[in-house]
Amino acid sequence: MGFKDYCFRKSLWVFHFGGASCNNCDIEILDCLTPRHDLERFGILLVGSIRHADVLLVNGSINRRDRDRLLELYRQAPKPILVVAIGACGCTGGIFAEGNTFAGPVDKIIPVDAYIPGCPPKPEAIISGIVKLAGKK
Amino acid sequence: MSRKTLIPIGPYHPLQEEPELFKLYCDGEIVRDIKWETGYNHRGIEKLSESKSYDQVFFLVERICGICSTSHPFAFANAVEEIVGVEITDRTKYIRSVIGELERIHSHLLWLGLACHFLGYNTVFMWAWKYREPILDLFEMITGNRNSYAMFKVGGVRRDIEKSKIPAIRREMGIIRKKLDLLTGAVMDDPVIHARTKGVGILTRQDIIDYAAVGPTARASGVDIDVRRDDPYAAYPLVNWKVITAGAGDVFAKTEVRLLEMYESASIIEQCLDALEKLEEGNIALKINEIPAGIGTGRAEAPRGEVFHFVVSDGSNSPARHKIRAPSYTNIATFKKSCIGQTISDATISLAAVDPCYCCTERMAAAYDSSSGEKILNANELIEISMKRTKELRKSEAGHE
Repeated sequence: MGFKDYCFRKSLWVFHFGGASCNNCDIEILDCLTPRHDLERFGILLVGSIRHADVLLVNGSINRRDRDRLLELYRQAPKPILVVAIGACGCTGGIFAEGNTFAGPVDKIIPVDAYIPGCPPKPEAIISGIVKLAGKK
Repeated sequence: MSRKTLIPIGPYHPLQEEPELFKLYCDGEIVRDIKWETGYNHRGIEKLSESKSYDQVFFLVERICGICSTSHPFAFANAVEEIVGVEITDRTKYIRSVIGELERIHSHLLWLGLACHFLGYNTVFMWAWKYREPILDLFEMITGNRNSYAMFKVGGVRRDIEKSKIPAIRREMGIIRKKLDLLTGAVMDDPVIHARTKGVGILTRQDIIDYAAVGPTARASGVDIDVRRDDPYAAYPLVNWKVITAGAGDVFAKTEVRLLEMYESASIIEQCLDALEKLEEGNIALKINEIPAGIGTGRAEAPRGEVFHFVVSDGSNSPARHKIRAPSYTNIATFKKSCIGQTISDATISLAAVDPCYCCTERMAAAYDSSSGEKILNANELIEISMKRTKELRKSEAGHE
């Protein structure tokens, strides 16, 4: 196990990018931090800057305006970074895939390490996805 | 003239769960002007709606906004039922109102938590979100999903609230009242919250009328409007409840209105459950075979204010035109009145006080030159182009015939 992989084992710091979403996934991500689910017991913390993050959570369908900003965020991120696509829209575009502003699901824009499907995924699913990812890398 | 400093908040700010960009032009600590940019959330829903059948549109409008994901189907159902000209059954009315009011409770608790988070009072943030969880559990029990309930259809609802489920909802309403007492006490009696919210972000009655603000934002400034009472729909005329108003128009008044509205919602739900117990199970949807050509308007009171849907049907399987106006569309414009002249720290809570929902509000597209960044087409020009294109198409079609 290399040093970088070792760093991913515990205390993942997470940056949240909400694309053109309906807010459901954003709220469920915030919900993970509140008392019932309490992600901080795994050392997972939502941080304010991508430069501090180990994980980039992306939810929502990505529209043309978000696309360049997502690319820019990915460029600024310290590598290696884990990218997680959350929700049906993040994984495939979901119900908005036929929209006139849709600019492709997340994996067409940046490489994605894990997909958490659901509309919205339950907090349990989000936690399970991220914990699995932390163990695997 | 003093120099103004530009302080951007967003578009991907850790405080906000949605992407939007505020530009605060500040003179020292004081905000002198404010501009906001949206478009990060635009999904082209009105256009998408025209390509979906009436049954599918419910799933689409539900995903306009995840927090108030029943108010949009509510308004759309009202609009389509106006076109068809049917009156839904009593049982359906009560079920719809139960879902709508449960949503109001969870949305207001969510807002209360976020507002206190903006103030730096994270204890109330954690409390409010903890108390919100049982409401989501109720939703999961009734509809099968925590958010986006897929409960509505034209002429009725998709699932019944069976008699076996009623005691659990009733018990939860009793518990939530006690928790609301605790939260109300924590917010109303706290000297820090008083200091941070009283006299902050004041919107006068005239401001509300000028900007056509709706919902709790308007009610906190003494404007007594509520679609549930003014244009009755579903079971609201059948139960007893009152519209909560306050006079001060500041952030504290908006908090007060929302807190007291949750008690009213709990009372509406209990009355609806009483009625549901007396009515027979089943018979929750009318069979509607076709939607005739016509125009329908539907209104519903979302947790943030009035949602308005306008549907044009040409007799086909999908809407010919579907226009949506969400409450935040008018409420956001009041920032010009509430934020200017405040300090930066007060401006953020004034922004949060109207409970803005940007995913509801997104509705415009503009074309930019990618190299220079200059705007080359605005919305009006885009409309002109599309009208020209339609005329050309009509001409060429006429030529074919």
